[in-house]
Amino acid sequence: MPSRLGVAGLSSPGIEGSRMPLETSGASQPWRRALRMQRLAMAGLFLMNLMAVLPAILVIGMIVFRGLGGLSWNFLTTMPSQGMRAGGILPAIVGTLELVGLTTIFALPMGVLSAIYLTEYARENILTRIVRLAIVNLAGVPSVVYGLFGLGLFVVFCRFGTSLLAGALTLAIMILPVIITASEEALRSVPKSFRDVSLSLGASRWQTIRHAVLPFAIPGIMTGTILGIGRAAGETAPILFTVAAFYLPRLPKSLFDQAMVLPYHLYVISTQIPNIPETQRYGTALVLLLLVLSMNMLAVVLRARFRRKRQW
Amino acid sequence: MFWRSLKERGIEAAIHVCGVSSIALVALIFVFLLKEGFSLFRSVPLNDFLLGRSWYPISDPPRFGILPLILGSCWVTLGAILLAVPLGLGSALFISEVAQGWAKEALKTGIELLAAIPSVVLGFVGITVLAPIIKHVFHLPTGLTALTGSITLAFMAMPTIVSITEDALAAVPRSYREASFALGATQWQTMHRVLLPAARSGIVAAIMLGIGRVIGETMAVMMVTGNSAVIPNTLLRPVRTLTATIAAEMGETVRGDEHYFALFAIGIVLFVISFVINVAADLFLHQERT
Amino acid sequence: MVDAAVDVKIAVRDFSVRYGAIEALRSATFDIRLKEILGIIGPANSGKTSLLKSLNRMNETDPAFRHTGTILLDGQDLYRDLGAQQVRRRIGIVFAMPLPLPISIHDNVTYGPRMKGEQDKRSLDELAERSLRDASLWDEVKDRLNLPAMKLSGGQQQRLCIARTLAMRPEVILFDEPCSGLDPISTATVEETMVRLKEQYTMVLVTNNTKQAARVSDRVAFLLMGELVELDRTAVIFTAPSDRRTDDYVTGRFG
Repeated sequence: MPSRLGVAGLSSPGIEGSRMPLETSGASQPWRRALRMQRLAMAGLFLMNLMAVLPAILVIGMIVFRGLGGLSWNFLTTMPSQGMRAGGILPAIVGTLELVGLTTIFALPMGVLSAIYLTEYARENILTRIVRLAIVNLAGVPSVVYGLFGLGLFVVFCRFGTSLLAGALTLAIMILPVIITASEEALRSVPKSFRDVSLSLGASRWQTIRHAVLPFAIPGIMTGTILGIGRAAGETAPILFTVAAFYLPRLPKSLFDQAMVLPYHLYVISTQIPNIPETQRYGTALVLLLLVLSMNMLAVVLRARFRRKRQW
Repeated sequence: MFWRSLKERGIEAAIHVCGVSSIALVALIFVFLLKEGFSLFRSVPLNDFLLGRSWYPISDPPRFGILPLILGSCWVTLGAILLAVPLGLGSALFISEVAQGWAKEALKTGIELLAAIPSVVLGFVGITVLAPIIKHVFHLPTGLTALTGSITLAFMAMPTIVSITEDALAAVPRSYREASFALGATQWQTMHRVLLPAARSGIVAAIMLGIGRVIGETMAVMMVTGNSAVIPNTLLRPVRTLTATIAAEMGETVRGDEHYFALFAIGIVLFVISFVINVAADLFLHQERT
Repeated sequence: MVDAAVDVKIAVRDFSVRYGAIEALRSATFDIRLKEILGIIGPANSGKTSLLKSLNRMNETDPAFRHTGTILLDGQDLYRDLGAQQVRRRIGIVFAMPLPLPISIHDNVTYGPRMKGEQDKRSLDELAERSLRDASLWDEVKDRLNLPAMKLSGGQQQRLCIARTLAMRPEVILFDEPCSGLDPISTATVEETMVRLKEQYTMVLVTNNTKQAARVSDRVAFLLMGELVELDRTAVIFTAPSDRRTDDYVTGRFG
């Protein structure tokens, strides 16, 4: 039996398998059956992939379609009134931005320093293994458990009350693994030779990190942080008990104020308040979706741009 | 010169502290959960809590048995995994072995899009679109059922399963594929006889992490599964999961009362479950690399 | 004609190197004389690079590195009396592949002095010019000092690396197969530079190219499988070596 490399899949451009199988007239029955299975399987896998991806597109499309109508300048920039039945969602937008900004201020330095520890200082021993396990665990803790933790530690024990501060600290711990992982990857992608050159010129270990490694890892760190921000902006459960309020007809003035935030707002108006016009509900969903997706897209674009501009 | 070396020593100390801080944070989370949750067990024995069949926290006297909640979580998770694993594995196989060029990039982006959608938005869509469909198709009194939850959550778990499986498949040496093709196998035969077995531990880890994702999901599941804390015997009824219970009822408790402690106790259960899943998945992932 | 009054810059005494369980260098004992060029030759895995990197403690970047014995720089123990940064400022190194940092030419050359604490712009500029002249690169880059160093050709990059090392005003310069990635013309330029620098610096050159060692060095050491087999004046090593193994290597019977 002659060997055949790369068999027929589907013959569309961009998908492997525009080559047809060899003539089957002289081929045996098991081979024909195998070929049939192959074609069936490829079609099946393609279908599965489609079924996995299509809902995302449908969901986004539907929200855009039905929510665009509700998106007016008024909606985005005025305060709510009449118990949320009129007016806009400005405080929710502002609250989300402030919360996310604060979260980044807390999470970024700690995440980057942790990543520096893992790549430049830690040795391959049990302690390092446990640290990595801890990071994996932090990434896997259910979001509502973070909410409980934030409630127990920041709201009650530290007496911050339900506040931007408590919410931001909780979210910061939650996105820490995202930032650490992305930063680690960025630091590791800097060639070892840069470190060697710097050390051989008499620089100390920290100087080497600061001048010969970190500057070249910043693009990767930045994209990771943006992804973390996108994640934090969309989370509801951790902020349920730590910061969120439903109807606050004024903007938060201090770190210790409660705030309206978009995800919580969407949750409440879709489950607990009847009589909110559908366009308003879809509009809120659209604003949140746009915020989160634009962060993701920004990260992707930046990553591609930096990869192109890289000199090594 | 001296100040610089002092400043450097300080920065390096900060780096070391941050480095091990993750361990401290995990411990801190556990400690604070324990602090509030353990108080429940002064009045409610552990057995009654874990295996009690009635969750009536606001009745008089209150009953704090979480079995219906555990089973609710299990049913929803089971349904979600049954849907997500085939679709996820199939997608990963297709993306990593068959698709090329722009199609591959487009499909990968599609999966990333799915991963980026916030859970509250998926819950919103579930309530507004999916629930009425299910209600209509199955002639139910309400579309807020475990099935609705399973479907919604399946799509949340899929990106996790797809990406870890993709990594596992990429780690299988090219020579395996080449050897299989050289022996005359079709691509499909190679996939299910060579690749999948070779990537087995990575795939198991992917499924475990997918399960972890589903069990831990709160908002979407709270919005679409109805909220009835009875022991389910079919997917077509409303259920209550562990996560949704905490989110939904915390607002009704008073700080320091039994209900409050009970919700923290549920938090402990969830933390332990996710800890076990993560450690086990990590073991499987490491096993494959050595 | 043994010079009894010769100055010893670096004294290596009974120095051994291990990486984990692998022994790379066994009890090496020899002197490096002031302002000479010492060539180190030998087949692959003979311990040449391990020896070289031990001289400026660059071996310490490998966590498995272990050593015994002493190396004295002007009488002070490199490992016990001096700090690693101090050692590396006095003993510089040029690596095998040209390794410019992805920053400007000027910033590359002034990297070492800046890390040491030099901040005065005019001093840095003067230092850069002097170092680039000494490395025979000044004329080619003098009007584009702010361009990225990565845009230079291979030979130019390697001379940049030499300039970068010179900017630290070291006492000793180590060369680890510096011409292995270069074309013959760039190689010749680098070799010329090395000979010219001999007036001011002590140099150690590790090379796979025996002819290069013959061209450039004053004395040559032959390493084989971690052992220092023979060390003598260049002419002696290449025409009448005392050890049979040296003779075999130098005449190409193995390599």
